Order: sequence, then C-alpha cells, then structure tokens
Amino acid sequence: MKELINKVGFPRFIISVFLICLIMLAIYLKIPLSGLISDILVRFGMNAILVLAMIPGIQSGIGLNFNIPLGIIFGLIGALISIEFQLSGFTGLFVSIIIAVSLAIIAGYFYGKMLNKIKGDEMTVGNYVGYSIVSVMCIFWLVAPFTSPELIWAYGGNGLRVTVSLESSIAHVLNDFWHFYIGSVRIPTGLLLFFGFCAFIIWIYSRSSKGLSMIVAGSNPQFAISNGINVDKQRIKGTIISTVLAAIGIIIYSQAFGFLQLYNAPLYSAMPAAAAILIGGATLKKATIIHVLVGTVLFQSLLVVALPVVNIVAEGSMSEVIRTIVSNGIILYALTRKEGELA
Amino acid sequence: MIVPIVFLVICIVGSFFTGLPGGFLVNEMIVRLSRNLILVLSLLLPVITGLGLNFAITLGAMAGQIALIIITNFTIGGTNGLLLSLLLSTPFAIIFGFIVGKILNKATGKEMITSMVLGFFANGIYQLVFLLMAGTVFPIRNESLLLPSGVGIKNTVDLAGIKYSLDHLIPFDKIDLPFFQWLSEYPVCTFLFTLLIFILMGYFLKTKLGQDMRAVGQNVEVAAVSGINVEKTRVISVVISTVLAAWGQIIFLQNIGTMNTYGSHVQVGLFAVASLLVGGATVEKASWKEALIGTFLFHFLFVISPLAGQNLFGNAQIGEYFRVFIAYGVIGLALVLHAWEKDKAKITISDI
Amino acid sequence: MDLLQMKNISKNFAENRVLNDVSFSIKEGEVHGLVGENGAGKSTLMNILFGMPVIQSTGGYEGEIHINGKTFNPTSPDNAMDAGIGMVHQEFMLIPGFTITENIKLNREKTTPTFLSKIFGKRLEKLDLKSMAKDAKAALKKLDMDIDEYVPVAGLPVGYMQFIEIAREIDKTQLKLLILDEPTAVLTESEATRFLEVIKKLSNLGIAILFISHRLDEIKKITDSITIIRDGEVVKTINTDDIEINEIAGLMVGREIELSQKEKDERKIEDEDILDIKNLKVNMPGELVKGLNLTVKKGEILGIGGLAGQGKIGIANGIMGLYEASGTIIKQGKKLLLNNPKEALHSSIAFLSEDRRGVGLLLDHSIEFNIAFSSLEVQGKFLKKIGSLKLIDSKAVRKHALKMIEDLDIRCTGPKQNTRHLSGGNQQKVCIARALTLEPDLLLVSEPTRGIDIGAKNLVLDTLISLNKEFGVTIIITSSELGELRQISDRIAIIYDGKVAGILPPNASDVDFGLLMAGEDIEKVVD
Repeated sequence: MKELINKVGFPRFIISVFLICLIMLAIYLKIPLSGLISDILVRFGMNAILVLAMIPGIQSGIGLNFNIPLGIIFGLIGALISIEFQLSGFTGLFVSIIIAVSLAIIAGYFYGKMLNKIKGDEMTVGNYVGYSIVSVMCIFWLVAPFTSPELIWAYGGNGLRVTVSLESSIAHVLNDFWHFYIGSVRIPTGLLLFFGFCAFIIWIYSRSSKGLSMIVAGSNPQFAISNGINVDKQRIKGTIISTVLAAIGIIIYSQAFGFLQLYNAPLYSAMPAAAAILIGGATLKKATIIHVLVGTVLFQSLLVVALPVVNIVAEGSMSEVIRTIVSNGIILYALTRKEGELA
Repeated sequence: MIVPIVFLVICIVGSFFTGLPGGFLVNEMIVRLSRNLILVLSLLLPVITGLGLNFAITLGAMAGQIALIIITNFTIGGTNGLLLSLLLSTPFAIIFGFIVGKILNKATGKEMITSMVLGFFANGIYQLVFLLMAGTVFPIRNESLLLPSGVGIKNTVDLAGIKYSLDHLIPFDKIDLPFFQWLSEYPVCTFLFTLLIFILMGYFLKTKLGQDMRAVGQNVEVAAVSGINVEKTRVISVVISTVLAAWGQIIFLQNIGTMNTYGSHVQVGLFAVASLLVGGATVEKASWKEALIGTFLFHFLFVISPLAGQNLFGNAQIGEYFRVFIAYGVIGLALVLHAWEKDKAKITISDI
Repeated sequence: MDLLQMKNISKNFAENRVLNDVSFSIKEGEVHGLVGENGAGKSTLMNILFGMPVIQSTGGYEGEIHINGKTFNPTSPDNAMDAGIGMVHQEFMLIPGFTITENIKLNREKTTPTFLSKIFGKRLEKLDLKSMAKDAKAALKKLDMDIDEYVPVAGLPVGYMQFIEIAREIDKTQLKLLILDEPTAVLTESEATRFLEVIKKLSNLGIAILFISHRLDEIKKITDSITIIRDGEVVKTINTDDIEINEIAGLMVGREIELSQKEKDERKIEDEDILDIKNLKVNMPGELVKGLNLTVKKGEILGIGGLAGQGKIGIANGIMGLYEASGTIIKQGKKLLLNNPKEALHSSIAFLSEDRRGVGLLLDHSIEFNIAFSSLEVQGKFLKKIGSLKLIDSKAVRKHALKMIEDLDIRCTGPKQNTRHLSGGNQQKVCIARALTLEPDLLLVSEPTRGIDIGAKNLVLDTLISLNKEFGVTIIITSSELGELRQISDRIAIIYDGKVAGILPPNASDVDFGLLMAGEDIEKVVD
C-alpha cells in the first residue's frame, strides 16, 4: 500500500481515491456515465492548453506562471477583433489566434525582461502583475473602440459586454469538427486534435537543442551558465511561449464554452491551471506533457463528476468549493516541498 | 517616501474632480480609518519578523467572522455580544495563526505567495464548513442564520445586534450638550481602542520578544546562533498578526452592521496590504506611521475614485476599476521594486 | 586543573571521517593556538565544542569533553554559552540594522518586568536600554574601545565589527573560554596589532583563548602553546617557545606521500605555453583574484594550492567566465574573450567546478543527459536532424553514457538514474565524463576530491593522470589538499592574497609550502 502511494505520489493517490468514490456515488445515484465522459472530454480539451502553458514557465525556471492572465487578455483581444470584423468559423478562429499570438509574443517578451530583474520572486510578483493587468484591462474594455453590436451593450451601458456570445462566430468550431459518437459518448475530435497538435509541438521543442538549453537553464541556472547558455534569454523564451499558449488556450476555451468572458473573469485563471499540472505530478522545477495529461484529466474529471453528485447530496455551490480546496491545496503542497522531493 | 507623495498628489487632484464637499470627505475618512486601521496594523509584526506581507490575515478575519456567527446564533447583542465575539475569536485566531506560522516555516523564502495561496485554501475550507456543515454537523439555534434549505449559513448575516456597539460604546448622545451631541456622531471608542492597540504595539516592540522579532527579521542566521528560537518567534509573530486581524474584522463589521458570510473576509488581506504599501512601507520595513498614512491615502482614493471617474470620463465604473487597479498595482509595484533592490549592492571588478 | 579538556574526539560526516581521536586541553588564561590546513578538521572541532546544530543533525560525535573536570555534552549553542564558552565566528555574526548595544546584548538583553509580562511571561518584559548601554560600554572599555554605543553597526569599519563581536563575548559574565576563528583575516595591519594586544589583556583577566589562525607569525607571537592538526588528527601539541615557525609550517602540511610519482619520463611536457595569464582579476566573492600572472605549459599538470579565501578558486572560475574578470588570457597564441563561458568552451577548455552539486550537475536529470549535455550544447553532438529541426539523439546519448559508465566505473542503477542520489565520488565521475565528452585540450579541475571518501579519491586522481598521459590533456588542478597536488602535479603554484606567491616543485619541502601558504616571501622561503 505504502509503495503504491509512493509510486503514484500522495496527492494523486488522494485525488484518485476521491474521484473513484465520486464515480461510484454517481453510478449509485444513476447519473448517466456517458454524459459525464462526454463532459470530461470537452472540459479536458478546453483546459488542457492553458495547463500546457505552465510547462515552458516551469522548464525555463520562472516557476508556475501566475501571470497567465497576461496571455489570456491578448487571446480575448484576438477573438474580439475577429468578431468585430464579422469573421466566423475556422477563419475567425485562425485570425483570432494569429492576432493573439503576435500580441502575446510582444507582451511575453517585456514581461520576461521584467522577470529577469526579480529572480526568486517570480510567482508572487507574477500573480500581482497579472491582477494589475486584468484590472487595467477592465478599464480598457469600458473604453475600447469596438462597434459590433455583438460586443457592446444593446442599449445603455458603456463599453463591452461582460460576456460576449460566440454563437454567430467561433462557438464550437473545434468541438464539432469531425466529431463522432462511441455509444452515447460524444468525441470532440477537433478539440482533442488541436490540443494534441499543441502538445506535440511542445514535446518536440523540449527534445530539440534549443528546448534543451531552456530546460537546463531552468533546472540549474549556474550549470547552464557554465555551459555557455544565456540564462536570461532562455527565461524570456519560456515566458513568451507560456504567454502565447495562454492566449491560444483562452480562445480554445471560449470557443468550447460558447462565450468570451471579459472584465474580472481572467483574474483567477492561473490557479486552476497551476493546480492541474501539479496534480499531474509536476514540481516547481520540472514539468512534462505527461503531467499535463494526467493532471488535467484528474482535475477536470473531479470537477465534472462532483457537480451532479454534489447537486444531489448537497448545496449547488459545493463543486466550486471543492475546486477551491483542491486547487489551492495542491499549490500549497508544492510550495512547502523541499527541493528534490517528489511531488 | 516617494510612494505616499505620489498618492497624495493623485488624491488631491482627484478630489478636485469629485466636487464632494470637504465635510463629507472628512466624515467618510474618519469612519473608514476607524474601521480599517487595526486590520492594517495586523500586518506589521510579520513584516518586522521578516516574513513579508502576511496575506493570510484572511484567516484572522475568518476567526472574527466565526465568532460573530456564534454570537448571532445565540442572539447575544450589544456590548456583551461585542466583547464575547472579541473573546471567542481569539482562540480561533491563535489556532489559525499557529497553523499558518508552521506552514510558512516550511516555505521559507516563498512566504508571501504561500500566505496568499493559504488564504484562498482556507477560504475553501471556510465555505465547506459553513455551507455544508452548519445546520447538519453543527446545530444552529437561530434559524434566521440558515439558508431556506436548512443547511448552510445565509449569504448575509444581519449584525444589527452589535452594530456600532464599539463605535458608540460611550453614550455621548445621552449628554445634552452640543459638543457631546457632535461627538456622538463619531466612532470615538473605536479610535480609543485603536489607539490602545497602537500603544500596545509600540510597547511590544520594546520588549524582549519584540527585539527577538526584529533580530529574526534582519538576519535569521545571526539570531539563531545567538540562541533565539527562530521558528517559534516567527510563529508567535504570525499568531499575533492573526489575532489582531480577527479583532480588526469584528470592529470593521460592527461598523458596517451586516456581514457577507462568504465575501467579507476575501479582500481583507488585499486591501490591508495595499494600504500599508501606499503608506510607503516595503516588504521589509513597516511601522505604524506607514500604516496610518497608507490607510488614509488608500481609502481616500477609494472614496473619490468612482466620482472622479464619473466626472472625468463620464463613467463611474472607470473609477471603480481604477481603485481595484490601484490595490493590485501598488502591491505589484512594491514587490517588483523590492525584488529589484535585492539585485543591487554588489562590488564590481574595478574595486579589486 | 585544565579548564577545557577534549578527549578522543572523533566525527564522521556520512562516509567521511573528518576527526579521528583528537585530544587536547587548555588551562585558565592560556592562549592556545590551533593550526592546520583547510579541511584539517578545525572548524568541525569548534562546531562540536560550540554545540552547533550541524553536528547533532549529522549524528553527533564520539569522545568526551570536560570543562573544569565536569563532563560537558553540548547540544546547542545555548549549552556552550551557559558553560562559559564564547565564539567569534569567521563571518561576522552581527545584525547591521541594530545598534552596537543591541548587538552586544543580543538575546541577553536586560529587561524589567511590567504588568503585562507578569501575565504573558518573561519574553514580554521591557528592554532596559539604559542598563544595556552601560554593560555595552563597560565591555567596550575593556577592549579600550571608545565609540558611541548607540551607533548602528551598519557602515562601521570592519575592524570595529570584530571588536564588537569580542565585546559581546566578554560581556557574558561567566565567559571562561573565547574561541577566535581566523580573527585577523579581515583586519588591517594596525588593527591586527591592536587586536593582539587585546588578546593578551583578556588572557590576563583569566580568560582562556583558543586562537585559530593561518598567520603563523601571529600564532608564534601570541600563543602560549600550539596544537597542530592535520587530516583530522593531532600531529603535535607543544609549547610555543619550543617550536619555530618553519617547523609548524612543516608539520601542518607534511604527510608521508607515497610518492608513487608516476613514471614522469613517459610524459612529454612541451616548451609551448598552452595558457598565458596576465594581470587576471576575478570578482568572485570570498575568492578574489587580484592581478595574477601565470603560464601553463602544454601537457603538464599544474597544481594550484593555497588557503581558503586567498583566491585560488577564483582563477578557474575567472578563466571560464563564470565570474566577472579582467586582464589578458592567451590560449595558444589566441586571446581568449573574457566573461564569456561559451567562448572558453569553444576554445577547448573544460571545467570541473568545485561546487559539484551546484554548478557541476543537473541533480534532477539522468546520468546520461548530464554526460551528454555540454557537448550537445556547445559542439552540437548527439543531435539528429529532422528537416530543419535538431532533436536529441537518445540512442547516441545512451550508447555514449554506457561507455562512460563502464570506462569510469560509475556505480549506478543505470544511465537513467538521476544524479542527485549518487555518492560524491560517482557524481564527480559523471562530471569528469561530461568534461571528457567535450574532448578538451585544457581541463580545469577545482577541488576534485572534496567530500569524497578516500578510496574514490584515488580513483578520481588516477583518472586525471591517465587523461593527461593518454590523451595529452593539460590539467590545471586547484585543491585545498596539498597532498593530492603533490601526488599528481608537475609544478605547484601557491596563491596568496589573489596572486601567485610562488611556484614549487612537488617534492619541495613541507616547510617551504607551509611558509608560502602563510604569505611569506618567496625569496625568504627559497633561502
């Protein structure tokens, strides 16, 4: 038993046991499993790219990138612009992504520069820089010069809507692409393929000579310097990739969700992403695609299964509570580990 | 010193655009100072002990709210209710503070982010307890506290029983003299209590324990070699901070008069930290002066920004968002500057 | 009766025995010198006596300590303080933001009870700043220091700080024994002279002094008796009057070197210089190099020795560009670009860092990755091209790692094992394998055997020799252990105060080495 716990890691063990209990309870309560599995697949595809955005941050040594909101903001801007020009379907999606990525590269570069001056405090600073940017953007959403009726309040009120429906633009384009059913489980092929594509690029990159330099710079800066690596440059690289993935991630998330969420919505987006990768077994210094897969599946399954179960046995907001406890608990756990200990 | 001056300028310029009468502003500021100062003050000791900004005072606020829920459950109001809640919150705060201190000792060098995440985590536990266990595991006598389903505490708890119980503890209004009638409008007793805490804090810093905290804050190694129990001193510092936050939250809520069960404590850490930093404190250095100046400036900005936004941009929401930005931005900026400082003070090759 | 008696003290750090059966004693008021090379075990001995936590956490010590005839078993610095032992550490244990008084009375503050302290306990008693200042003043006066005791320590001259540390110790009323660890290292000459007078004065007050220093002339001048330790064992305890400086120096370094002196003839050292260093300055904190000149011949093994803090470690780090450096370095006729690690690596120089775990290894990566990475990064080996992508060639990495593991006899569970949990010796071999993979013609090696058990030590040294012999790699080996330098080097440069004090052949006398390390002039030594 103890060996098993050591092998899968304490947090994963606890969460798996909890998840299994929930699933059994769901079966007992006669909640249709096929619906749950469909939901899990969609939620996995929605969130996985945001979780993936944690990898370059950890690899390049800036730790958990709590400044995911920075990328998210530019993802939202990309989507807004494509809606403003009444683009829809795949055109809309790709235009959004292209705009978002180019803006995110610039922002990530400057943010990376800043992080190089505050080594050791990246997480705390990142968190508050993220919050500050979200609140500045709140003002921006109010005054932004968009005119499309989809985006602004129909009557009265200033600025952009709090949630923008994507129904007439890019909603579900990926979810519906090549989708099919196994039994009554719906497979969102496009969504999963897109994640697979992003994950593949990150995986290839982490095996390339450039990616390896970045990983080494993150895992031991002094070792990297003694091998002639420019550590600061690698950190900027990691920050840019992370920001870009966050920007793409929110577009994918929004198309699956069907809405763009503006204003304060990006504020707490970093915590669940950070939590997921940690649940998957990453540490503050080491993260791989496997951690993203395992973590996102476990975390999202937990939330998906918990929702209907909890609705039946307790208060509705309880699944949100579980999310808070699990996500912050796992981050806390990671923060209090000593270096070299396994997650 | 530059930070408070910048904010002072923003405040002065902003107040021109609000068009608010000076009298109103003064009254508003007096009330806001009285209800926020102790919360801001609760941050001082951890800064002095070298733990940085203790975002986990949220847990202290929770302890305060637990006590308030208990007294509301037994419908004890007035001065008795207030004293009882202060008394009841203390053991909770001590336990919470102890746990926070222990955890922060395990995360040396990452205290601030840990204390922040700890605040979020505790918030989850808090919701679990009051949403799921109240009315089931813990019997609740006062049914008006419960949600219609009978399980869970309501979102807003009416604290009418203890409203102004500290603010107006001394019944000046009973004395039929214009001066006392005028005085009765203000939270005199709360200020006296705050003053008492300020004095106690000043005394505390001159005690052996206070000296130990300063030593630990300045150099952990030297403190340890001189035989000071570093970990214990850090824990005590967090415990005191948490207890003060609990009292601060009770005092805050007795002035407001209603409690948002799941919301009142959430922003406590954020606003207190921002206030302290606006006053010119840093992650390593803070005193009662910064607490006082910062609380004043931050809340002044809070009062004027919606109206200033309305008058300047024709949109009150801009002001609302602006003040949120100030809260986050000032913390972000302070942390960046602090981290920047660490990079300096190195000798260069030409010195050899 | 002796004030302090240490009997048969032994101590192991994991597999390493750092103290073996050490005994010595000190009388009341005696000034006792303790000398030995770095790593001889002095600090460990003092840590035991002072009850430092590091001793307890590594399994305690063997042997007995008696103070005034009573058994004393210190488990924390508090115990030592209670027993009347004070220590002035090599690094200053002062709080810069505190005043002189606050520092002198740190954790021994005078307090007065108050109403609140009666409820909440002693720690809430109020500080009695006046009486604290009085004590501080009195202690400073004993040292003939005239300084305002309310001044913060930050910004005071270094010499003052030293005196404040001593004032703190003598303020302890029960102080019987004062340990001074390299107290004069940071002082100017005039400060040092004054300092030594103070020591005499304290000893007249009946306080015993245990004086640890590398400055042999000081030891000779001030102490009553001397204990010399080497390799964790007492070589000699003797009255100062009965021994000359030369003899001390000799005993300090000397060891029976099984001069297995490799068959020198086989190796050819060419006349050609591989490296010519001129006026090198390196800003490595604690190991400053201050304008050093040195030439290295192609094919030789050059040893660099000297005491800690004199700058020997800074040389290799400066050449590699890991710390800011200035000056000129010419490698085989080409000027080497400074402050640029990549350039150094491209110039076929490889480096084994003294900080093996910090700089030399990726602790949470596999052995095979550690071995291959430098060459992959610098020379583009172990890569396969797919289109325009260059990906790591896992097969080639594995094959190479397996070969290295076999060649160097790295004990591990396999090439996938992370390096964190390897033993020190095997970690060092991984580092060597990594450097070898670069196929350098100049190898810089710093403290290659630090923290490695004796068996593995020789293996590491033998590997270096065979590298030199078989592949003609020029080696510059920096070490605190003179013994190993003499074992493998062709010439040994001794560094003092950031410069070369002199270059000696490995078979030069112990006395010569000892004197050079203590900062004596080369001319004087060669006489």
